Amino acid sequence: MAVEAKHGSNTDRVIEEVIEQYGASREELIPILNEINRKIGFLPNEALEKVSRQLKLPQSNVLSVATFYQMLSTKPRGKHIIQFCESAPCHVVGGRQVWEQLQEELQIKAGETTKDGKWSLVTVSCLGVCGVGPVIVIDEDMYGSVTPDQIPEILSKYD
Amino acid sequence: MKTYRSLVLVSSDERSIELGAQDVFQSIQHEVRRLGLESEISVTMVGDVGRHDAIPMVIIYPEAVVYGPIKTEDVPYLVEEHLYKGRIAAGLQASQRELSGRIAWISARKGTLPAEKRVVLDRAGIIDPDNIEEYILHDGYQALGKALGEMKPADVIDTVKKSGLRGRGGAGFPTGIKWSFVARTPGDQKYIVCNADESEPGTFKDRLIIEGDPHAILEAMAIAGYAVGATEGYIYVRGEYALAQNRLRNAIQQAEEFGFLGKNIFGSGFDFKVHIHSGAGAYVCGEETALLESIEGRRGEPRNRPPYPTTSGLWGMPTVVNNVETLANIPPIIQHGAEWYRSIGTPSSPGTKVYTILGHVNVTGLIEVPMGITLREVIAIYGKGMSNNSSFKLAQTGGSSGSVIPASLQDTPMDFDSFAKAGVALGSGALLICNEDTCVVDLAKALLQFFRRESCGKCNPCRIGTERTYAILDSISQGKGTLKDLDDLKLLSEQMTTLSNCGLGQTAGTPLRDILNYFRAEVEAHIRLKVCPSGVCPMSGR
Repeated sequence: MAVEAKHGSNTDRVIEEVIEQYGASREELIPILNEINRKIGFLPNEALEKVSRQLKLPQSNVLSVATFYQMLSTKPRGKHIIQFCESAPCHVVGGRQVWEQLQEELQIKAGETTKDGKWSLVTVSCLGVCGVGPVIVIDEDMYGSVTPDQIPEILSKYD
Repeated sequence: MKTYRSLVLVSSDERSIELGAQDVFQSIQHEVRRLGLESEISVTMVGDVGRHDAIPMVIIYPEAVVYGPIKTEDVPYLVEEHLYKGRIAAGLQASQRELSGRIAWISARKGTLPAEKRVVLDRAGIIDPDNIEEYILHDGYQALGKALGEMKPADVIDTVKKSGLRGRGGAGFPTGIKWSFVARTPGDQKYIVCNADESEPGTFKDRLIIEGDPHAILEAMAIAGYAVGATEGYIYVRGEYALAQNRLRNAIQQAEEFGFLGKNIFGSGFDFKVHIHSGAGAYVCGEETALLESIEGRRGEPRNRPPYPTTSGLWGMPTVVNNVETLANIPPIIQHGAEWYRSIGTPSSPGTKVYTILGHVNVTGLIEVPMGITLREVIAIYGKGMSNNSSFKLAQTGGSSGSVIPASLQDTPMDFDSFAKAGVALGSGALLICNEDTCVVDLAKALLQFFRRESCGKCNPCRIGTERTYAILDSISQGKGTLKDLDDLKLLSEQMTTLSNCGLGQTAGTPLRDILNYFRAEVEAHIRLKVCPSGVCPMSGR
């Protein structure tokens, strides 16, 4: 995941660009939050404030949308995000063992970020690639038919 | 289970058993072994076959020949003629009259293999989805031209009605009737919404349809718009489906350049514009009113109904919401007519169905077959048998709208009505095939974990029901369950079904209900004996 902007004026610029790209209307609230989340890695408070001012929506409204959707995060996340599919099709073909191995390897639980800020581990619902379960997605790379012993090797590709 | 050349089914309802079905079954097995065919031919007893005038009955796939009544002494001749020499065993066939139910359907297909039949995936994988010219070369936009040039809007609706097309999102509502509701509701602006928020676990047919043939969806939406009087359409695509979104964006741009979308299409005076809206990761947005809320920029919480979207949908206007697969059926129906469409599938569920085959089979993937194929056929023919020679235990038909189907129902034709009659649901088309190593408690836990995380929390029965049932299942899986838990699970699943506000909660209890129906003994073993028969659950509380 490309973390293009971290803090301060850079964040402001990203937010403004995104709002300009989509237009400041309520209909575009979710696409705008999606894009900011993608560019900054999460939705910092100042982003929510700015979006609410520009779209003329109550902040509570923007926050409630930002916390509803799974792809949006209001908390900072690690440099790389590991999504693990916990739905039944992956579960019955060995997903549970992969999940245990992932937690073991990173020493974190679902929804947590490693202390060094490198990894965030999240569980997600079906990713629609069930023909090759168990499936994990790291940033935008998809890994199918994963076995527990492949985990260290997969993780070592990221720095 | 392996792939077999032929499947032999012996009726084994009570009357058949009385008349010697058991002996017939055993002597068929004996004859098959004597001729050394046991690795090629599977012989099974299948319960009631829906016809009692010529029992015990023997049905042989894939030719779907029905023999009956069969006596033990007929068996050597039958096996030798049909299974060894490969011709119909003369004089043993059941009469053609009094055909009903499953038998009627099997006879209708007589002599044909349950082959793949591609209607909605006709072009997927054949054309370059990013090139509109290839779509046009493969009959693309002809149906739209026909609709705009030769048909009145009412004719289009009439054709769709007559085709018998039913919604492929899971509920099976007749599409033509839905369209007619919107057509007759007055409104300054009407909308066509394509539901591409495909999130049922195990389902990825819509993704592959869009990725393989994006223009088909655009063409179908324009036809729908013309039929009901809508000039704008929205495609709500899952946030996770980036490639599908890009393909659609590109397709819209090309279609506008070629004049298939936009102002005054084909000089008919009809305008149609399509927008794309990306989801952001919420399963409940697949529920049509939650989806509309999400397009309007709000939390995806389902609305109260009525009013239904057909009268008050997007921004309060009459709106058609159709699933991707449903829409993909529209252009071929308009092009080839309702009669043609009705010739595929079963009388009450015409057409094809796209299934995803997953789990413990040798080949996983996507198939499109006529409605009414059976699970046994899907596993044997397309799944190439169970993996590692394991045996089939159950199938889960996909997320919230699906059921847990035990092996005893694997010969039920998969169409809306036959499944409803058997008390299970067809769902969205995922077929998660599970072998005997699958524990039903563990499977139910995984399913309820999904629902409890995806419940939007708006109504209590769903929010609390999914949490409570998960907690109970978790304690059963640890060997801490009590018999009262079974009653509680049953009650909770019923309450979720009757009291929840939307389809998510109303169907979250379905897998539980099915498991308690068909696999109660296995759940009881967890509770009474503190044993997980499949050796999956931790049972740490022993």
